[in-house]
Amino acid sequence: MTDLREVETTLDQLRHLFTERAFSGETMVLNMGPQHPSTHGVLRLILELDGETVVRAIPDIGFLHTGVEKNMEAKTYLKALAMTDRLDYLNNIGNNLTYCLAIEKLMEVNVPERAQVLRVLMAELQRIASHLVWLGTHCIDLAALSILLYCFRDRERIMDIFEMVSGQRMMTTYIRPGGVWRDVPAGFEEAVKDFLEYLPAKLDDYERLLTNNPIFKMRAQGVGHISAEDALHWGMTGSSLRGSGVNYDVRRAMPYCGYETYDFDVPLETGGDVYSRYLCRMREFRESLKICRQALDRLPKTKGPVMTADRKVAPPPRSELSTSMESLIHHFKLYTEGFTPPVGEVYAATESPRGELGVRLVSDGTPKPQRVHYRCPSWANLQALTTMSEGCLVADLVAIIGSIDIVLGDVDR
Amino acid sequence: MNHVERTVAAIKAKFPEAVESVTEFRAETTVTVKPESIVAVSRFLRDDPDLNYNYLADLAGVDYYPDEPRFALSYIPYAMAVNARLRLKVFLSGDDPQVDSVSGVWRNADWYEREAFDMLGIQFNNHPDLRRILMPADWVGHPHRKDYPLGYEEVQFSFNWREIDSKKPYAKE
Repeated sequence: MTDLREVETTLDQLRHLFTERAFSGETMVLNMGPQHPSTHGVLRLILELDGETVVRAIPDIGFLHTGVEKNMEAKTYLKALAMTDRLDYLNNIGNNLTYCLAIEKLMEVNVPERAQVLRVLMAELQRIASHLVWLGTHCIDLAALSILLYCFRDRERIMDIFEMVSGQRMMTTYIRPGGVWRDVPAGFEEAVKDFLEYLPAKLDDYERLLTNNPIFKMRAQGVGHISAEDALHWGMTGSSLRGSGVNYDVRRAMPYCGYETYDFDVPLETGGDVYSRYLCRMREFRESLKICRQALDRLPKTKGPVMTADRKVAPPPRSELSTSMESLIHHFKLYTEGFTPPVGEVYAATESPRGELGVRLVSDGTPKPQRVHYRCPSWANLQALTTMSEGCLVADLVAIIGSIDIVLGDVDR
Repeated sequence: MNHVERTVAAIKAKFPEAVESVTEFRAETTVTVKPESIVAVSRFLRDDPDLNYNYLADLAGVDYYPDEPRFALSYIPYAMAVNARLRLKVFLSGDDPQVDSVSGVWRNADWYEREAFDMLGIQFNNHPDLRRILMPADWVGHPHRKDYPLGYEEVQFSFNWREIDSKKPYAKE
């Protein structure tokens, strides 16, 4: 049995978060989650309710805190890379990429052209996969159950491509400091081409099913409104921000991996509600497909290495190990001791499916990072939930959480 | 002169005694300011119509243990209109790390500061809701400090199973 005094002290600490009406019994304080299917993971919400209307919704996070950042401090840069996959489990490639970009910035490593193209291609495939999961789960929140099965069917094809390339469906660790792990195998280009031809028709189906569906529109339009000013103030990024009419995309603002050479649009909506965010993401699918096609076209034209020649971060080729003693020593040193970046602090950012994903890397000149901090888009977007959900119904709250597309692994780290 | 250089000049002109140093590393400019003036500088960056840093991208602390000053906080404001990113840095002593909260300037600093409080034990004055955010409310210590052990689970083999099992923190009656 729970100690009542304990409950009282907990409530006392939270007193400032609620209105006075909660203490006179006029409104009700209710717990939602952490094990609630519509919170997209282990998110706990403390709700103050007036009937069915939400007065305050206070997110309580940390249930999925794994201490990855602390663990990374105890590992070499390369070993820590494998932990980054596990943060945002729908954007594994993006997590690798941001971390690698930070290391490359710190060490001034140049990445070969072919690796850049592969990175862009993989990151965009990952974005599509992540958006497919978002679409499926978001529609479940809005009581359209069948979409999830379609979305996961399509996502499985991307997972197959990832498996083909890296041997893993999800935790790929494909992107490494200085390039990518290996060149793509035979049959890769056909597989991606097949997928790029396959998806547009499916997207048309989903849009036919949802975009003008009166039930869907009733649940989504005018719900969870946030103004552009508030969204910026709360540090929202990604489609959640672009749904409010602020044109900010890291791929455009501060291009990385040669995004400036690709032709794509940044979808923008001005409604600021659940429906606008939905429209933004649906159009983003098409833009990602467009980038994928361009990257795929470039792939045959960019023959060459996929890893930098800078032996400070890249291992020597396998063939050298049997003939050169120095290479063998170098290989051994690189994987045991690791590489040592100069002392300094950098911030690298990419556009994850959810928004600006930043990595702040502090180096003290040893083979292990002094501090790695992930600026996670879900974390920032979730903060705005309190503002977005004021005065909505409990059922709408579920729609709002779905529309900002949070991943709790990304929030709690 | 790009926007960041203009910003640095403006900060120096407006707060001559607050700026401790300006460094540039890998095309990123860091302005180290005195902890007591961080709110004033932040507000200036946000409100000045020429500078217009309307969005705080990131805020996080570092522990430089055993060096002194032990803690550093990095603020990364971003001016969306002109696409300029700056870094503000404050150094805090290890004995009593405290600084004024900037959550009144950029709302989203709220959670970032709670994280720095939770993980590093930095006190933020005038913060509206300074509680632990990731760790449980009754947690002792600040896990991101360098003197906080990483912790591990002892590997159990058949010969020492009971010995280790008896030390494990299972839920007790």
